[in-house]
Amino acid sequence: MNTIAIIDYGMGNLHSVSKAFEHVAPETRVIVTSDAKVIREADRVVLPGVGAMRDCMAEMRRLGVDSLVREVSVDRPFLGICVGMQALLERSEENNGVDSIGLFPGRVVYFGDELFEVSPAGEKQRLKVPHMGWNQVHQTMDHPLWSGIAEQSRFYFVHSYYVPALSADYVVGEAHYGTDLAAAIARDSIFAVQFHPEKSQHAGLQLLKNFAHWSGQL
Amino acid sequence: MGLAKRIIPCLDVDNGRVVKGVQFVDIRDAGDPVEVAKKYDEQGADEITFLDITASHQGRDTMVHTVEKMASQVFIPLTVGGGIRKVEDIRIMLNAGADKVSINTAAVFNPEFVKEAAERFGSQCIVVAIDAKKVSKPGETDRWEIFTHGGRKPTGLDAVEWAKKMAAYGAGEILLTSMDQDGMKSGFDLGVTRAITDAVSIPVIASGGVGNLQHLAEGVTIGGADAVLAASIFHFGEHTVQEAKAHMAACGIEMRID
Repeated sequence: MNTIAIIDYGMGNLHSVSKAFEHVAPETRVIVTSDAKVIREADRVVLPGVGAMRDCMAEMRRLGVDSLVREVSVDRPFLGICVGMQALLERSEENNGVDSIGLFPGRVVYFGDELFEVSPAGEKQRLKVPHMGWNQVHQTMDHPLWSGIAEQSRFYFVHSYYVPALSADYVVGEAHYGTDLAAAIARDSIFAVQFHPEKSQHAGLQLLKNFAHWSGQL
Repeated sequence: MGLAKRIIPCLDVDNGRVVKGVQFVDIRDAGDPVEVAKKYDEQGADEITFLDITASHQGRDTMVHTVEKMASQVFIPLTVGGGIRKVEDIRIMLNAGADKVSINTAAVFNPEFVKEAAERFGSQCIVVAIDAKKVSKPGETDRWEIFTHGGRKPTGLDAVEWAKKMAAYGAGEILLTSMDQDGMKSGFDLGVTRAITDAVSIPVIASGGVGNLQHLAEGVTIGGADAVLAASIFHFGEHTVQEAKAHMAACGIEMRID
């Protein structure tokens, strides 16, 4: 039986992610675990995450999850969600600077307290932080995980730090919120999203379904 | 195009049952919050809020089961409010599948609780509910105060200052209910909505007093709210969430419409 391991490192609610996978891939065994052996044996691995980066990275290091992620993300489909995506970069500005796993070059940065958007009418509007709610995702590159998902579909975001979309060749989906941010990044068998697919209704469930059936090949 | 404004139907839940009739649901058990939430999800609700009004300890356990069931069937964000007084209450609800919890009275009596909760679980899941009532007299500068106990007890706290303090303490969102309007169906108190929206940099949900679709739109266009929460306008079948979204979109508001 196909297995999906959801890495449990004590941060955040894993119930929703696991229930969403059970919903879209009933033939798959979904295991929420921190056991390295179980994670190594899984066909697919998911790194979720909510909360502060410093606490997330501290827990990952304590449990050896950071090195485990480097190991299992190379030879099987691997999905990062929210902080689980941000942790894949080299460093985050959050909590006065936190070194992270470093599978992708670049930094996670803060939206800033003075974030503005100019409306079509030319009005300058201040944007709230966190970026919370349903935003459109522009699929900047084809990818098997976008299969069956319309271009500019809306996904549910909630975050105050982001990966800039500019000049990064690993960005496969972009959203705009005062600035262009990476909504999805990918390389080889790794795919990671800033939004919460498990809370993004049809589009999100389709993405999880695609992941549950993805070979890891492009 | 960009971030959409949100519509959030709110269900009052007592002992695992929706209280107040919900007329549009064509199912045998009209009182099951998960069935009602599913219906709203199908109509395009952007989030769901469960307000637990259960008084008994046993009822709290029932709520946990309701949240678990909801999280395995409805895949949009869920906020749980009512009776959140300790860090442990938050942990239980988040583990059951809630995405956010809403803290009300406990924040008024112990603001440090909000700080503790945000540090422990992250600001993204901490909503601070504010019940505000206008206390200035006609002709005076507008002033709103925080009330507790369903609007019966004044606290002496200025609503705008309180919202700023809660944001500084780590709240990720403010759920603002204007008490003088609540249940009157005359629309949100747009004055306090605008005052708080302008004062804080976190999202504000407007609530209280929605009687028609134009009220929802004005919460955003005049009040500046990032989301609108309503109960009875949807429960009694007066309007669907789809209709509300279509109306708001027609007013030039960006909405999530499939």
